[in-house]
Amino acid sequence: MQIFVCIKQVPDSGQIRVHPVTNTIMRQGVPTIINPYDLFGLEQALRLRDRFGGEVTVMTMGPPMAVDSLRKALTYGADRAVLLTDRVFAGSDTLATSYALSNLILKAGETWGAPDIVFCGKQTIDGDTAQVGPGIARRLGLSQLTYVSGIDDMDLTDRQILVRRRGDHGVQVLRSQLPVMVTMMEGSNEIRRGTQADALRAARAEVVKWNAATVGIPDVSLCGLRGSPTVVKKVFAPTAREEKAEMVATTDQSPVAMADALINQIFTRQPALQDDLLRQAAGH
Amino acid sequence: MSNQTSRPAGSGRANMKRELPEHFRSYKHVWVFIEFEHGRIHPVSLELLGEGRKLADKLEVELAAVIAGSGHDALEEVAGTTFSYGADLAYIIDNPVLADYRNEPYTRVMTALVEKYQPEIMLLGATVLGRDLAGAVATTLKTGLTADCTELAIDGERSLAATRPTFGGSLLCTIHTLNYRPQMATVRPRVMAMPVAQEGRSGRIVEFTVDLKEEDIITKVLDFLPDTANEAAQLAFADIVVAGGIGLRTSENVQLVRDLANALGGDWGGSRPLVQKGWIPAERQIGQTGKTIRPRLYIAAGISGAIQHRVGVEGADLIVAINTDPQAPIFDFAHVGITADAITLLPALTNAFRQRLSVNRLAG
Ligand SMILES: Cc1cc2nc3c(=O)[nH]c(=O)nc-3n(C[C@H](O)[C@H](O)[C@H](O)COP(=O)(O)OP(=O)(O)OC[C@H]3O[C@@H](n4cnc5c(N)ncnc54)[C@H](O)[C@@H]3O)c2cc1C
Repeated sequence: MQIFVCIKQVPDSGQIRVHPVTNTIMRQGVPTIINPYDLFGLEQALRLRDRFGGEVTVMTMGPPMAVDSLRKALTYGADRAVLLTDRVFAGSDTLATSYALSNLILKAGETWGAPDIVFCGKQTIDGDTAQVGPGIARRLGLSQLTYVSGIDDMDLTDRQILVRRRGDHGVQVLRSQLPVMVTMMEGSNEIRRGTQADALRAARAEVVKWNAATVGIPDVSLCGLRGSPTVVKKVFAPTAREEKAEMVATTDQSPVAMADALINQIFTRQPALQDDLLRQAAGH
Repeated sequence: MSNQTSRPAGSGRANMKRELPEHFRSYKHVWVFIEFEHGRIHPVSLELLGEGRKLADKLEVELAAVIAGSGHDALEEVAGTTFSYGADLAYIIDNPVLADYRNEPYTRVMTALVEKYQPEIMLLGATVLGRDLAGAVATTLKTGLTADCTELAIDGERSLAATRPTFGGSLLCTIHTLNYRPQMATVRPRVMAMPVAQEGRSGRIVEFTVDLKEEDIITKVLDFLPDTANEAAQLAFADIVVAGGIGLRTSENVQLVRDLANALGGDWGGSRPLVQKGWIPAERQIGQTGKTIRPRLYIAAGISGAIQHRVGVEGADLIVAINTDPQAPIFDFAHVGITADAITLLPALTNAFRQRLSVNRLAG
């Protein structure tokens, strides 16, 4: 069985700062991690491989330094890693990204065998759109299974897969047909600690590096900035509200005095709320 | 995912001028996809009708509701509801294959409908269903899609200006789809205000049929396990919400937040790091990637007020912030603030509220 896992290298979210004057994001020196949502797909992929046999290939489109994330994925036990990197992809929005990744998947499929399952992260922590997985599924004609909370069963002979999917109002139990694109819910599993053997292998492994030409992108005008229908017209800091918060201050700094002053302030501003709370309390 | 969201302002693209190709100029009207599942309309769809109405008025076009499902009477009833919330017309797609949401048939229907009736704007809820569907439809149509918008407007050139928080914590970006149609956007529940229903308002129904056969659909729904009255699901609709952040310091102190919420008959939640630390369950997260709330009173204790948190709470009538740092950004958008240690103030507040409310009970 061939399983492909798409990952993205993202800056560690807690550590991003914005330049106070230019409003630009200061990326320098910010450590990167594998998008945390992708790890749920990777772990699920490894479990399926351990049970059914086959290979797990991790892949990403990104700058050359994304190779670090791919190597990290190898330490968890992925069998091989592929990086698609090329300047033509710079500035891709989600539509252009799914175009590049679906061509990467096709090329990887020709090289190692077509995938039975493609895992994508449910969303990323930087873009946060949840659009690339569905985009890949559409472009490759894979059945789209998003927000999967568990894979209950799989049958490689009749190529069926049984999953639970987290809907808005409950859980759907779905049966679909391979090949599928799956995004896993967070918390559905926990990434394993890689073995020492895997760590050694990852350190020595060669990450496959492809560019637009080696992958054979049919139309580079659909890549990067040019291929992105969305245009960022403006980036700005949120306006502060007209007046800042009214600060409640007390001479007596005891919690009791402060609580009292704060509640007075709340009820002065929201007399109706006070009435309703009193009514509610009286009703009980 | 979208690399562009992390691109700095003033980069080349912002100034790029793009024309709308001739064949897209006939695309008119604003559409809202109505989520109708298990006999219920998702409230986000009605919120979007309110927002869609404003966009349609600005553009001087019609607002249409798109209603897909199985069972004609039910769908017509939904259409009636959408009219009272502002729709001028409703497209109804009635087919047994559409009984339960599945990506494949819904994507087919939506794509066919767009190709036939050519809307300029299409809005969907940023729910599980809406995100699953929007990504697939936008890719099929090869058009732009902006996720999780917090503000929608029409600019001088009739273009949809979709604003969303961007990566990094303190910026917003405005995204346009200049040379493709429709312009697609998703908005999370409770971000937009619920419009007031106008009884007696009516509209036209347009039936749309597509050739869909169950045999052709690969994915089958074997079962559906509805959520039992999940208490956390109420958070988005609570009148009073108390939330804690990293300032709580320990997982045990989350209890202080719950106690205050309890005393006020409200609900409780927290910032995203508390979810990441495992102190609170994911469905209690408030903010851009958690729940958006619109309570009458929101009390934030030990929360710094990052943009991703702010966009989830800004709709509250009264925001009260408790923070030890007088410079914390939360004081920029809270209405009432106090520089105090949440760990000692929260129990004092709980006691004081309890006393005031019980004194009245004895007196009354
Ligand atoms: C793509 C993306 C999506 C995100 N989505 C969300 C989201 O949905 N919701 C969300 O909340 N965050 C979200 N975040 C994270 C967000 O950027 C902030 O990191 C987060 O909100 C900070 O949480 P906090 O305020 O609890 O912690 P901090 O920023 O660490 O703030 C802690 C605050 O507590 C104060 N404090 C410390 N001790 C005390 C005390 N004893 N008493 C009172 N105050 C004290 C400090 O002064 C400080 O202001 C997202 C980030 C990204 C990148």
